[in-house]
Amino acid sequence: MDPKDDSNPPKASADQSTWQSTTLAASLRKVPVRQDAFTTLSGLPIKELYTAEDVAGIDPARDIGFPGEYPYTRGVHPTMYRARPWTIRQVAGFGTAEDTNGRFKYLLEHGETGLSTDFDLPTLLGYDSDHPVAVPEIGKIGVAVDTVDDVHLLMKDIPLDQVSTSYTVNASAFVLMGMYEVVAKSQGVRLEQITGTCQNDILKEYTAQNEYIYPPAPAVQLVVDTMEYAATMMPRYNPVSVSGYHIRDAGATAVQELAFTLAAGHCYVTEAAKRGLAPDFVAPRVSFFWDIQNDFFEEICKLRAARRLWARIMKDWVGAKDPRSWMMRAHCQTAGVSLTALQPDNNIARTAIQALAAILGGTQSLHTNSKDEAYQIPSEGAIKIAVRTQQILALETRVADVVDPLGGSYYVESLTTRLEEESEALIRRLLDRGGMVQSIEDGFIQQQIADSSAAFQQAVEANREHIVGVNIHVEPEAPLPFDQFVLDPGLAERQINRTQGIRRSRPQAEVGSALKEVEAAARGGKNVMPAVVRAVNAHATVGEICDCLRGVFGGYRGPLVY
Amino acid sequence: MKPPVRVVVAKPGLDGHDRGAKIVARAFRDAGMEVIYTGIFQTTEMITRTVVEEDADVLGLSILSGTHLHFAEEICRHLREQAAKEVLVVMGGTVPPPDIPKLKAFGVAAVFGPGTPTAAIVEFVRQWHQAR
Repeated sequence: MDPKDDSNPPKASADQSTWQSTTLAASLRKVPVRQDAFTTLSGLPIKELYTAEDVAGIDPARDIGFPGEYPYTRGVHPTMYRARPWTIRQVAGFGTAEDTNGRFKYLLEHGETGLSTDFDLPTLLGYDSDHPVAVPEIGKIGVAVDTVDDVHLLMKDIPLDQVSTSYTVNASAFVLMGMYEVVAKSQGVRLEQITGTCQNDILKEYTAQNEYIYPPAPAVQLVVDTMEYAATMMPRYNPVSVSGYHIRDAGATAVQELAFTLAAGHCYVTEAAKRGLAPDFVAPRVSFFWDIQNDFFEEICKLRAARRLWARIMKDWVGAKDPRSWMMRAHCQTAGVSLTALQPDNNIARTAIQALAAILGGTQSLHTNSKDEAYQIPSEGAIKIAVRTQQILALETRVADVVDPLGGSYYVESLTTRLEEESEALIRRLLDRGGMVQSIEDGFIQQQIADSSAAFQQAVEANREHIVGVNIHVEPEAPLPFDQFVLDPGLAERQINRTQGIRRSRPQAEVGSALKEVEAAARGGKNVMPAVVRAVNAHATVGEICDCLRGVFGGYRGPLVY
Repeated sequence: MKPPVRVVVAKPGLDGHDRGAKIVARAFRDAGMEVIYTGIFQTTEMITRTVVEEDADVLGLSILSGTHLHFAEEICRHLREQAAKEVLVVMGGTVPPPDIPKLKAFGVAAVFGPGTPTAAIVEFVRQWHQAR
């Protein structure tokens, strides 16, 4: 640098426009900015500088507040991680129940503090393992569960009153929730002590993840059944984790993720209210699940905006009065879709940075992806690095020692507000055009997501968006830096044999009677959960119970939108 | 001039991950090809029937559920038995590299992993079509 530049420093500007016309303009004449426009990953504009002028419309008392108080912008707990760090909750599931139970124990041995379960596709879609469409899929992307006996093996030696466990299941969630209850009771856990979460957010299945069985309207009523049942019987259990994760990974922007997810939460609570269940009866146990993408600040602001907007929706739109109804409690996962198959070691860095954003955003629990997940179920070595990443963040960096450290940043507060405003407008648009179910059936939401996904792909292919190792800093392909994950080739046979053995030896009359009760409850518009628990207890299968409701509700195929 | 390439894009099995399939279907469509997207939950029989009835030149399979070997073997065999002409079968999704030679032995012409530009997939199909 020319030392003469420092000899005559510019005069301090009185305001931003003066600074822009003097100091900034002089700098731009010498060194222009590197691109015409800067935007967030979701396409929102990023200015060169944020100042007090950008937060002039934000009322600190009304919009930011204090942690543990409405509108919860700064966090749902007053002390956040100073009292207790976030829960390290890695999702795991493959093979049979014994295989996944082994992975659970491996994770707990390495310092994981909560469990989360992935089920295989037949379980998610309500098919038993010996159904023809199920056979090639058994245990491939999650654990195979046909009967409560599988869940006993899955949770073996896991104290369900101490370790909170999440089940990633949606269309057949009502069955798995019943199985979880039966297994917890058999461990001696009282119903009111049972903790844990069921994903059970069917609406995002129709828009993003596509693992649905029944048409959307009755499927939402099944979700309400589980909310009512949990609130009545298992008050510490979270029966719904409303999920933006899959919406975002399917290609949505942060604004769309916020809008479609909070609108889904609003839909469940208002549908419950139509059945006479007060918002404060069900909403305190509605939790959320977010995707944490690569735009560091946007993701932090997304979580802050989600808390504020959910609090406002619950308090002002729905009329909830219990502060627990206003709190947007969240699980986060680093973005699976951001993992690259090329140069997979780089995924460790991506995941660490995304994890940091989730923590600075105030998540309650976190899954960090493993570097090999663009190829396979994570290998033990890769998943250990993912757990260690969270431990380094919790124990070495001191980011957990202060609540909402970025609160008050001009940029962060401004972007938080922008995300809230944009997503609120989209939620209102959804409600104006008939609500979630209508916007699923006519493909409106799917089209929005597909368009965002295509726009991102075009940006990558035009090199406007860079992915290190994919379209920039590319290297010749090298041997993969992880062990191949191999499933036991005999697992399908073992699973089918076990299920068929149970079908032969169970109390047949009780199974038949319980299944009739499930069907009658569904036909009569009654809560199916008591009958489902009875059927599960009699060793009825996931497929049999889901078939009862197929007979009542029918199946569903969504509109083909791309 | 040859008629436009007819491409079926299909999601076999129970896998719901359709972001890649939709992106590739859109890229084929934007490249002027005639695209039939089957949607999700397709069996081998359904996919084979669609290819035959639509008189498709190309079948693109997208699988992210670990069932790629099963469906590639079955679908390629059914197409050889039932299709009146040679159908180019290409695949995308999460495929561990050791499985790629096995997929090619079943009859899959190319496997496009995550990160493949859609332009490369379109170009592969176009060159195959021109060479026929």
